[in-house]
Amino acid sequence: MKSLALRSWLAAGVRARADYTWSQAAVAVLIAAFLIVFLIVPVITVVYVAFADGAGGVTLSHFGSFFSLSLMRESFWSSIYVGVWSVAIATLIAVPLAYFTVRFEFRGALLIQTLGILPLIMPPFVGAVAMQLIFGRSGAVNLLLDEWFGFKIPFMEGLNGVIFVEALHYFPFILMNLVVALNNIDSSMEESAQNLGASGIRLFRRIVFPLAMPGYVAGAALVFIKVFDDLGTPLVLHQTNLLAPQAYLRITSIGIEDPIGYVASVIMVIASLFALWLSMWTMRGKDYATLQRGYAGLAKRRLSPGQTVLAYGWIALVLAVVLAPHLGILLLSLAKVWSFSVLPDAYTLEHYATVFRDSPRMIGNTMLYCGIAATLDVVIAMAIAYLMLRTRVPGRNALDFTVTIALAIPGVVLGIGYLRTFRGIEIPFTGELLTASWILIALGYTVRRLPYALRSCVAALQQLHVSLEEAAENLGAPKRRTILRVVVPLMAGGMLAGFIISFMTAAVELSMTLMLVSSQNDAPMSYGIYLYLQSAAGRGPGAALGILAVLIVAVGTYLSHRLVGSRANTAGDIQRMA
Amino acid sequence: MTEAFKKVRVEFENVSLAYGKTRVLTDVSIAIEPGEFFALLGPSGSGKSTLLRLLAGFLRPQTGAIRVGGEDVTRVPPWERDIGMVFQNYALWPHMTVRQNVAFGLEERKLPRAEVERRTAAALDLVGLGEFGARRPGQLSGGQQQRVALARTIAIEPKVLLLDEPLSNLDAKLRIHMRGELLALQRKLGITTIFVTHDQEEALSVADHVAVLDQGVIQQVGTPVELYDTPANRFIAHFVGTINLLQGAIENAGTGMVFRSESLGSIAIAGARASIGAAEIAIRPHAMQLATPGAPSDSGRIWLDGTVTEREFLGEFVRYNVKVGTGTLVVDQPHYMGEPGFAPGTRVKVGINPAQVKVLQASH
Repeated sequence: MKSLALRSWLAAGVRARADYTWSQAAVAVLIAAFLIVFLIVPVITVVYVAFADGAGGVTLSHFGSFFSLSLMRESFWSSIYVGVWSVAIATLIAVPLAYFTVRFEFRGALLIQTLGILPLIMPPFVGAVAMQLIFGRSGAVNLLLDEWFGFKIPFMEGLNGVIFVEALHYFPFILMNLVVALNNIDSSMEESAQNLGASGIRLFRRIVFPLAMPGYVAGAALVFIKVFDDLGTPLVLHQTNLLAPQAYLRITSIGIEDPIGYVASVIMVIASLFALWLSMWTMRGKDYATLQRGYAGLAKRRLSPGQTVLAYGWIALVLAVVLAPHLGILLLSLAKVWSFSVLPDAYTLEHYATVFRDSPRMIGNTMLYCGIAATLDVVIAMAIAYLMLRTRVPGRNALDFTVTIALAIPGVVLGIGYLRTFRGIEIPFTGELLTASWILIALGYTVRRLPYALRSCVAALQQLHVSLEEAAENLGAPKRRTILRVVVPLMAGGMLAGFIISFMTAAVELSMTLMLVSSQNDAPMSYGIYLYLQSAAGRGPGAALGILAVLIVAVGTYLSHRLVGSRANTAGDIQRMA
Repeated sequence: MTEAFKKVRVEFENVSLAYGKTRVLTDVSIAIEPGEFFALLGPSGSGKSTLLRLLAGFLRPQTGAIRVGGEDVTRVPPWERDIGMVFQNYALWPHMTVRQNVAFGLEERKLPRAEVERRTAAALDLVGLGEFGARRPGQLSGGQQQRVALARTIAIEPKVLLLDEPLSNLDAKLRIHMRGELLALQRKLGITTIFVTHDQEEALSVADHVAVLDQGVIQQVGTPVELYDTPANRFIAHFVGTINLLQGAIENAGTGMVFRSESLGSIAIAGARASIGAAEIAIRPHAMQLATPGAPSDSGRIWLDGTVTEREFLGEFVRYNVKVGTGTLVVDQPHYMGEPGFAPGTRVKVGINPAQVKVLQASH
């Protein structure tokens, strides 16, 4: 072939066969309809209300009144401030960890990878309570500091607390993206630079850093979006002068008609879309295919004794801080009394008893909603991945794009969009209002977690060389049989990963949940934890419920790995063979 | 299972395929005789693999027809064609064992269990991997993986066997060994086999007939000897073996036909058929002889004066670049122990055997 572009284009053409079938088109239409109804229309409704003058025209007056309120101006700037600082602090934590793992030979690598996922299991608003007990003005750390050195550090004062909690919870996004980016750099990249005379800082600045940059930006953008999206943490820390809490408070206290809440929503969407665009823009044209045949990662170096001490010291410190909220929550769930003291004064199992008495329904609800959402996610994601990579159905890339956009729609905004779009609509036969039922919660989870499942399924299908399917067809298996006998078994690992990540993250979703839960009966665990944590007396049971949530997620993950374990290994097989 | 194969004829009739404005295949017509080992040869991007994929049914031509055993299969989906293909990367399913891989096609044909087992075992024995049924593809070497891919295809007893660059993923030694094995297997089974390769040596050494493609157009179809000795055009002459091509014109010098070129002057080409006008002549490197100026020489040859510019030792022979007039000729001389040959800078005589000169009329 003449050029690479032409070649890949031809390859795509060859792969996609002559045309698409009606059933493929029907699946695409079905998915498009789902996304339009449950993502696009609600978001457009929110945008529309923010600009509507009530008489069918367009106006900027709501934006004018938004920025004329000093509370809103403060919320706007505070949100930006918290977002930027959270990214900065998360970067400080993540970059050295990533660099240590990839660059140097030392035993901590696996520990860091594990550590990287831990914070994601527990939602930040749960951790926030524990963080106050440990790092707050009268928390364990400051009590000790005061006793030993006579001063305190305001970790948790005002917005500091939000920044600290968010950075600690979301730094894994930067860590994981950066590790992948660094690992994808072929040693030949570095060797050729060395061969041409570059070394040390210069080599890092001109070769390693630029090659890893897209990975870092992707992680950083995700952190920024997550921080903007988070409603639970500011509420628990009583820092309500931020956009997400303001949007939530305006809609819940003043009402669904209040345009200021919609304006706040639109600003949040714009900020998140901007972050998403920034990361895509950085990535654009930089799909450095640095992986070559006979690939070897960056050369590992040995640490000198001094460096080893420094590296382990840093990791130990980060580990201690990252684990603090988990430990804190565990202690809190077992504590009889814990205030103005380094550790609780007495222990009890009573909180767990309370939780089992009061909230088994919530646990069941979480399983139901997240089970539905994760299943739908995997099915839809698998279908989109197949349409994208194996067919030429028109609009297949638009589906992918739309799903990715869902990443940048804050939960509060989607929640408000649902309430407004579906108000007054009844579920057929039961006469129940759609906005009052749990169905919207489950579907909302589905939409919000779809991007994760999609990336997982696309990655799995991409690893599957198309000739594996052609070989099956060549030996007499029609399309449907080929998908059943070859595609699905080989993608099982990726689909499972998609399911777990969707389930896990949906189980700790609170931003949209707070908007959509209309009765205690329909509340999932995340909502229950939040309710408990509102009052000082509820902290114990809230922590106990939080621990249960973490356990359920952990056990579920472990079991599904066991279940599909041997199959999931095939991913490694494929990589070796490809 | 060796006698189960019926030999079928494969025909491509005016097959064309384009992606948008990019023409991949233009008006390709080939007839492949029952039971023959047929090679599709061409540089990468020439459309040879596309032709194979058309036959397997992964692509459909925009115009033209493909017939297998006289039956038009152009619109038949891949899974109903019974045309076995061995993929370039083998395409073994990593989630199945070797045995499961080989049994797949038989299971899809809903054969009774005992029959599936019998034929799977037979196919694995045929490729010498009877002991490896329980392994995973990832645990096999490249050569073994290829045998499994072959067994998997042979097991369904296809009408035609397609091999897509089957030797390209193997190392040099194994490549020559497998080449022999493939040929032996094909002769044993008698199945019509089509083999895609970009390596002319590979094609010439095993195929009964070779079709050479360039830019989606068939350049020539013939036996290996025909391609080598009577290339149809410049492309073939260049692509198959090494050759000297000289541009000039055929003139009538009164005493007979001469080929006159700027670089070499006039050469009498009495023996060759030619018409007056612009032409090219082609001479293989080994059809020329080098001698020291002044040494007694064979008067049957045309002798030109030249200077050696480069020398490449290749074992069986030494390849010289000799500057003659304004042009350079590539000349091969057999190498024998103790013969020093000619060093660069040496003045030599180049002897051309007129009977070995092929005249290409300037149609291209």
